[in-house]
Amino acid sequence: MLITELKQKEDIMPLISAKTFVICCEGCKEVYFPADEAAEFSDELTKSATANGTVVTEYICNPEHLQLQLEKHMGKVDEAGTLLVFSCGVGVQTIAEMFADKKVFAACDTHPLPGHQGVTPLEYDCGQCGECHLGETGGICPITACSKSLVNGQCGGTKNGMCEVDKDMECGWERIYRRLEKQKRLDAMLHPVKVRDFTAGERAAKSMTTKD
Amino acid sequence: MRITELFDRGEFVITAEIGPPKGFHIDELLHEADEYLQDVTAINVTDCQSSVMRLGSLATCKALKDKGFNSIFQMTCRDRNRIALQSDLLSAAYFGIDNLLLLTGDHTVMGDTPQAKPVFDLDSVSLIHAVKQLENGVDLGGNELVGEPPKFAKGAVVSPCSDSVDVQLAKMERKVKAGAQYFQTQAVFESEKFITFMEKAKQFGVPVMLGVIIPKGAAMANFMNNNIAGISVPPEMIEELKADKEKAKAGITGVEITARIIKECREYCQGVHIMALGWESKVPDVLRQAGIVN
Repeated sequence: MLITELKQKEDIMPLISAKTFVICCEGCKEVYFPADEAAEFSDELTKSATANGTVVTEYICNPEHLQLQLEKHMGKVDEAGTLLVFSCGVGVQTIAEMFADKKVFAACDTHPLPGHQGVTPLEYDCGQCGECHLGETGGICPITACSKSLVNGQCGGTKNGMCEVDKDMECGWERIYRRLEKQKRLDAMLHPVKVRDFTAGERAAKSMTTKD
Repeated sequence: MRITELFDRGEFVITAEIGPPKGFHIDELLHEADEYLQDVTAINVTDCQSSVMRLGSLATCKALKDKGFNSIFQMTCRDRNRIALQSDLLSAAYFGIDNLLLLTGDHTVMGDTPQAKPVFDLDSVSLIHAVKQLENGVDLGGNELVGEPPKFAKGAVVSPCSDSVDVQLAKMERKVKAGAQYFQTQAVFESEKFITFMEKAKQFGVPVMLGVIIPKGAAMANFMNNNIAGISVPPEMIEELKADKEKAKAGITGVEITARIIKECREYCQGVHIMALGWESKVPDVLRQAGIVN
């Protein structure tokens, strides 16, 4: 089971453009999702005219289902400069892949809840690190797409774009770089040094399990 | 002595790499250093290179220092978490070892103990950041150090001939921003690629040492082409190694090739780093033929 937790508004606001399309996943039974807080934030964005459209649905990790849900909103999506996604890391990665030329930002951090893994229906994998990096990495997860889970860029082990650990696996940071290059935002590669907090993932789980 | 002082003085810095043995007897290593590495500025000691468990870099650096050599302590993030890494940095400072080469490190599955847990709590960039923090008297947990903080020459690596050179340059920039003061490159066999790389890298304003490996033969060159990231030996060089097998075996061809690469690249870089990989005895010939020592 996953727990998603809203990122700080101050962290999200500088990233998104004046025209942002909001996609909010109500989740699945495997995910505890802060629906009320997300709705509240999403309303604020609509009122301040930052959001040019919103869609609230479930299972956004299912691309066919998502496509159907988005069909009547596509005009707004095309217009939007950025997409803000309220979901677990799998959902954000699904959207980022579907709109590879759009800037996609994660509004939530995803934490693990030990005891039940839930069902991840696609090839996207969320490491449930509790410090979602997808907003700065073009929607490709450095925790699961890099064999070393590096958060500060490519190591020296890439050969022909493939990973030293598995010659059939593309280097995650190569993919991230190419995606950011395509979106003309390579400056994202130069964000300040990241030092991972390995307590981040567990913290939310602990506060959840001690609630009741 | 910190090698950054030499770069500051405009000296062309020469370093050679040495790999500790799988065992704790290092008389032979010290003898080789004595015999063949007198002309190098500093000896760079690998940290369980290729993820193969060996004697530690720090102990070997200390042994070399006791013999009067300037050493460079290589640190990878593969085997230690941030507590152990920072502790070893303080140990290095205690021993008076003040040159560092900070890397992410090969994955554990690449070596002779693939069952081991890959740590990567930090990576090359955050390790450079950690060293800088220690130099400011604070550890990564935000806790103050007791007494005067350590001071190091902070080195990092980059792959100029990588097929993802733009991605490598982006990482290099991150390392510079984090505090890297000098760079050592992956082995270069294509001078032109290195020169093109340097045209882009010079904007960062940090000294770069050309990395070279003395090729032992065509088989080694082919092996590196197929298996080692960031290295590409051109076909004509492989032909050169094939042309006279006895000459290649004796190391004459390898030394000629290495000296030629150094000559071609010298004016574009601030030093050279020789990875002899067991051929330490050839280092003096390389340096002579490259015109670096008489």
